[in-house]
Amino acid sequence: MIKTDALIIGAGPTGLFTAHQLRLIGLSCEVVDNLDKIGGQCIELYPDKPIYDIPAVPECTGEELTNNLINQLKPFDIKFHLNERVDEIKKENESWFVKTNNGTSFNTPNVIIAGGVGSFEPRKFTPKECEKFEGRSIFYSIKDKNVFKNKIVSIFGGGDSALDWAVELSSNSKVNLIHRRDEFRGAQSTLDKVYELEKVGKIKLFTKYQLKSVKGNDQIDSIDIEHENKEIQNLKSDYVLGFFGLIMQLGPIANWGLNLNKKTIEVDTEKFETNQKGIYAVGDICTYPGKLKLILSGFHEGALAARACFKLARPNEKYRFEFTTSSKKIKDRLGVKSD
Amino acid sequence: MPKITYVENDGKSHTVEVDNGLTVMEGAVQNNIPGIDADCGGGMACATCHVYVKEEWFDKINKKSEGEDDMLDQAFEPNKFSRLSCQISVSNEIDGLVVDLPKKQ
Repeated sequence: MIKTDALIIGAGPTGLFTAHQLRLIGLSCEVVDNLDKIGGQCIELYPDKPIYDIPAVPECTGEELTNNLINQLKPFDIKFHLNERVDEIKKENESWFVKTNNGTSFNTPNVIIAGGVGSFEPRKFTPKECEKFEGRSIFYSIKDKNVFKNKIVSIFGGGDSALDWAVELSSNSKVNLIHRRDEFRGAQSTLDKVYELEKVGKIKLFTKYQLKSVKGNDQIDSIDIEHENKEIQNLKSDYVLGFFGLIMQLGPIANWGLNLNKKTIEVDTEKFETNQKGIYAVGDICTYPGKLKLILSGFHEGALAARACFKLARPNEKYRFEFTTSSKKIKDRLGVKSD
Repeated sequence: MPKITYVENDGKSHTVEVDNGLTVMEGAVQNNIPGIDADCGGGMACATCHVYVKEEWFDKINKKSEGEDDMLDQAFEPNKFSRLSCQISVSNEIDGLVVDLPKKQ
């Protein structure tokens, strides 16, 4: 069990700056994020898109913003728990017990939800029967590529993940690559490789097709794919892989007893606290009268929530407001020289 | 003001007036029409404002934006009349537009 003054859920820009604010005022914190990297929507949805409304930064991309925020956190050694989703939060005496899907658990007086629009989850196949094969014959990410050796693998999707895996697996497996249209959005060099491998019969390409149904008992035997013009083909398949990108789901947050408004969490504008004492929500996921879904609003919300955390983490101390320009204490925490 | 009709997957239809210059997505969100999530807020960075444009309207609305098809690859059950409603701008020319909403986003 990890004890910390505050736990931040979400490593997007708001979560990162909130961590900075907590450490600046002398509180410890750790961060959990379901993605495999730091940056949230900025890194997952628009790493290359320029942003023009970060105060004092005339223009930067999602990736640059993330890197700058990570740099700003350098003086503090903050522990990130990536690839983990918080599944459970419950009250234990005066603090919160928090558990992730990996079994990591925390004990903390403060939980700050900086979850954007929820956690990123893979988009899944439509046919209902797919669910029961998930994790056995159907995968949305690959942990061990050796299971596909000498098998027939049907890969769906038109982006880099689908193309990369089609090329990679074609050396040891029979690969079908299926996509809903003629154009692919992956890198041209990989696409060229796919076409080459198709020519020599290593990859079979099916475009304008989508998955119609899967057949089999414990394992998949074959799949039906349907063409835009309704024609159906049956393909023998041992494994089916889907790479349709990610979608944001509110997920377990909906079960934590918080007042929700559509997919957002209601908070006050003094502490950004939810209806549960010691649970705060900041950034895109919170709502209050006048809420603006801007990164700069998330920074403000995180700064105030961090101050609110102080009271619960240090009940016997009085919080004293200080500036980074003049406070010796803060400069010590940042590891910079005081004059 | 142009009227836009949104038909939910169960057949429930909503006709609302949408200001010129807004997008079909904004028209849905501002009028609380269920079935359009618009998670990214119109940045063409997700695929949660997916609609099927009625065939007779498909060629009358503005053409797909660059990269729109790439996002539609990730939509739930896309077909050849699929569009991201954040990329359809509302004008007098499309007064009466009808879009069907997918089973889910």
